[in-house]
Amino acid sequence: MIIHHPILGPRDAQEFVYLGDAALIDRPDGMTAGVEVFHDWLYNRDNPAGEHRELWYHEQGDRSWLVVTRNTVTHEITRVELARDVARSKGRSK
Amino acid sequence: MTQSNRISGGQIDRTKTLRFTFDGIPYQGHPGDTLASALLANGVRLMGRSFKYHRPRGPMTAGSEEPNALVELRSGGRQEPNTRATVAELFDGLSANSQNRWPSLRFDAMGINDRLSTFFAAGFYYKTFMWPKAFWEKLYEPIIRRAAGLGSVSREEDPDDYDKGFLHCDLLVIGAGPTGLMAALTAGRAGKRVILADEDFRMGGRLNAETLAVGGTHGADWAAGVVAELASLPNVRLMPRTTVIGAFDHGIYGAVERVSDHLALPAAGKPRQVLWRIYSHRAILAGGATERPIAFENNDRPGIMLAGALRAYANRWGVKVGQRVAVFTNNDDGLRTAEDLKAKGVEVVAVLDSRQGDEVIDTSGRLGLKSIIVRDAKGRTREIAVEALGVSGGWNPNVNVHSHHRSRPVYDPTIAAFVPGAEGPPGLMVAGAAAGVLSTHGALRTGRDAAVEALGLTGAADLPEAEDAPVRIKALWHVAHGKGRAWIDQQNDVTVKDVKLAKQENFTSVEHLKRYTTLGMATDQGKTGNVLGLAIMAELTGRSIPDTGTTIYRPPYTPVAMGALAGRSRGTEFKPFRLTPSHHWAKEQGAVFVEVGMWLRTQWVPKAGETEWRQSVDREVLATRRSVGICDVTTLGKIDIQGTDAGAFLDRVYANTFSTLAVGKCRYGLMLREDGIVFDDGTTARMGEHEYVMTTTTANAVPVFRHLEYCRQVLWPDMDVQLISTTEAWAQFSVAGPNARKVLEKVVDQDISDAAFPYMGARNITVCGGLRARLFRISFSGELAYEIAVPTRYGDALLREMLARGAEYDPIVYGTEALGVMRIEKGHVAGGELNGQSTALNMGLGKMVSKKKDSIGMVLSQREGLVEAEGYRLVGVKPVDPKGKLSAGSHFLEKGAAAVAANDGGWLTSKVYSPHIGCDIALGYLKAGDQKIGRRMRAVNLLSGQDTEVEIVSPHFFDPEGERLRG
Repeated sequence: MIIHHPILGPRDAQEFVYLGDAALIDRPDGMTAGVEVFHDWLYNRDNPAGEHRELWYHEQGDRSWLVVTRNTVTHEITRVELARDVARSKGRSK
Repeated sequence: MTQSNRISGGQIDRTKTLRFTFDGIPYQGHPGDTLASALLANGVRLMGRSFKYHRPRGPMTAGSEEPNALVELRSGGRQEPNTRATVAELFDGLSANSQNRWPSLRFDAMGINDRLSTFFAAGFYYKTFMWPKAFWEKLYEPIIRRAAGLGSVSREEDPDDYDKGFLHCDLLVIGAGPTGLMAALTAGRAGKRVILADEDFRMGGRLNAETLAVGGTHGADWAAGVVAELASLPNVRLMPRTTVIGAFDHGIYGAVERVSDHLALPAAGKPRQVLWRIYSHRAILAGGATERPIAFENNDRPGIMLAGALRAYANRWGVKVGQRVAVFTNNDDGLRTAEDLKAKGVEVVAVLDSRQGDEVIDTSGRLGLKSIIVRDAKGRTREIAVEALGVSGGWNPNVNVHSHHRSRPVYDPTIAAFVPGAEGPPGLMVAGAAAGVLSTHGALRTGRDAAVEALGLTGAADLPEAEDAPVRIKALWHVAHGKGRAWIDQQNDVTVKDVKLAKQENFTSVEHLKRYTTLGMATDQGKTGNVLGLAIMAELTGRSIPDTGTTIYRPPYTPVAMGALAGRSRGTEFKPFRLTPSHHWAKEQGAVFVEVGMWLRTQWVPKAGETEWRQSVDREVLATRRSVGICDVTTLGKIDIQGTDAGAFLDRVYANTFSTLAVGKCRYGLMLREDGIVFDDGTTARMGEHEYVMTTTTANAVPVFRHLEYCRQVLWPDMDVQLISTTEAWAQFSVAGPNARKVLEKVVDQDISDAAFPYMGARNITVCGGLRARLFRISFSGELAYEIAVPTRYGDALLREMLARGAEYDPIVYGTEALGVMRIEKGHVAGGELNGQSTALNMGLGKMVSKKKDSIGMVLSQREGLVEAEGYRLVGVKPVDPKGKLSAGSHFLEKGAAAVAANDGGWLTSKVYSPHIGCDIALGYLKAGDQKIGRRMRAVNLLSGQDTEVEIVSPHFFDPEGERLRG
């Protein structure tokens, strides 16, 4: 697979490490959310046959965490964003 | 016998003679021959025995689709089983042996299987060997494994190199027949970067095997001319002997180039094969078509081949397969074989066209074809003596690579074959015979047009003149006659009877048919047999072929040697080795090394007279505890963490608190995963207001860094914190023991007395008169200990300086074994305890998890299942009898309890012999272990037969009050 890194251009998937569903970005606040909420966030994931947003890490590269939108049926990649930008757009900060 | 069947013509170099042997018998051939063509030229038709029935077999094809003529090539470490004689390029000195026969190819004792064929029908092992159950492993399976099978592997190491490479182009053309040549020429003349790959050693495809004219000249000459022009273009890369094995994602194609397979030995510095990864947004599959047989009784005898192969041997290699030849066809193309052979002066005694009602119904000849029985339209039969029979059931487009993304081929009744379907790999076009366009003109036209379309070229070159005969075929899959066996898949010995049986037992879907009969599951992947099998199933079930459907193909297109897949990643080059700064010193001392991840670490350093590892390790431990020992701990991960939010960031990633740590001090940190399980541990020092240095375990240096980047970028993107891995930047040594400070004072420029540099101090210092360094007063051994770091290139020098300047204290260097002994004596957790299943509570470190702040894993570490009072707790273990033996992995059992899982109390995680205590000691996780200190139990290891009475003790065997640390 080829991942079009938003900064570095097309890169071979071998340079990356895969983590999983980008829903992990929405980490609950540990001081207010309890075990149930954390458990649901950490373990209960969708498993779509189709478009999937997922976290990839450019380990053999610039160490960017990316959100890659990939079709799990065709492997077509339609979008690649810096995870930091996605996290900020979801209101994450410090 | 000297090439008695060699006839005129062909693309072989008759001026040179190559000598080779088959089953020890010497033969001669010429450059340009394959092993199969050379053997046929010498009158050898019998080349192998079949997989299941051990039927005598000869080549059925002249290409990579060959199911029968599989041989073992070469010998020793270079021995290569299941090599298709039809593609093995002849070289001088080649030696080949037949396989799957005993004692000889002509007399094969396992030929008895053929007589017992009733027992070996489809699904035979599911039925025949069901009972008694215990017999399977001991009796049936070994017998079946010996009886059925193909070649054998050499147990020796392959002495040749295999390599991997990467290529990029504008257009990849797969196949160099008329289609591929025209496509490559069109793109090449337009200045595009083109790769033209073909599995054959001579480009030209079927043009080399036919007598057809292209552009007014012989097709093979036209092809040679195009190849010469392409070779002159700097933007075109010609890759003969290269099989494109698969289409992968996003325009990546795999290809195997057989660089040296056609040579006795690879040239100096050259690999045997190269596995290429070719990146191209555009590709044209011009893989041609494969002829298929017709099933009739005993259609597998040596001498019976595909009609196209028969004329390929005549036209390309100047070989007649027999003196008297017949042709059996259901289409016009088969008639070409008769015409070409006649033109070569071969006696063609019968042309049986099923469209006229003529059929072959049976054959005879035990080790090779002697005669055929034919039946005409009126039902009259007669026997004709022949040595070779060419069979044509039509041509199947080679759609394989187009199916690699699960595109399903569709049936085209006009050519009675499957053609590429919709939704193939993006960017891959199909042209020529592979697309079902079977004339030479059609190949040239679609090849050119595909290149124009793929690259958006303007204007198309004129096409050379070539035949454009329509396909005239009347499908015939199977000659219905008698009760004998008619082969469909010759490599896996699947017959029409097997398909009937599958139908009878309702395995009628093509996927079931395949798995039940093993149709198409051999090394040839059913290139000649699959379509035949499913068409016969369609006939039997009364469904149409489109309704019956077809299975699809996966990579690789043809078998790939394991060596090519491994490339250079074998033996000590399997992965890179990372050497520690003290490696050269340790090597000089004769140290023993151990692989720790990619690192090669010193395991122990034997002294003269030490013959057994324990002597060295015990000495290193005792010497360290008595005076001073030095250990290279460079392999621990080191991460510099800077920024105004560095302290707050560490509070989030560690379970305990770091923002309150004083500058110049360090602290032990425990890092959890989000699920509450311990991820890693290590000490982190605060070097400045906004500057920390974290250490990680050796194993987790990379995962921790990845995790910290994740936290920084994904979870808290606005924190002002920067990370850099400095593992390679600093050489770091642990200096431990009562005299540690005295040795360090010899090299450190500053005052490091207890008052000036107290326990858990951390500071930037200089050594040896000004070299920048870092000093941490931390201990993993329970001794007064420091870790000292200098820039990596000074590591070797620092070690030698410490040993030389501190000589009066007899410093020794200890390895990972002594390190392990001392950490277990002190009760520190490491690999065996940080096992990915254990919580801080399990480790006796539950209080370290601060609930006053949000940190990774804090919430879920409180899950009900993880906080049980009766859960596992870290304990120390000693045998009651000091001579008693312990092993890691032993399980805790109460005295008198049966050794069954229900009574399991936990397990020993790490065990060493402690020279300090004088017996084996261990750490372990014991249920409610904190409440069981002082109790006597058993440590049971059923694998090693140990059952040792043990006492549960505190994990801190050595200096539990920590007085030595602070000394």
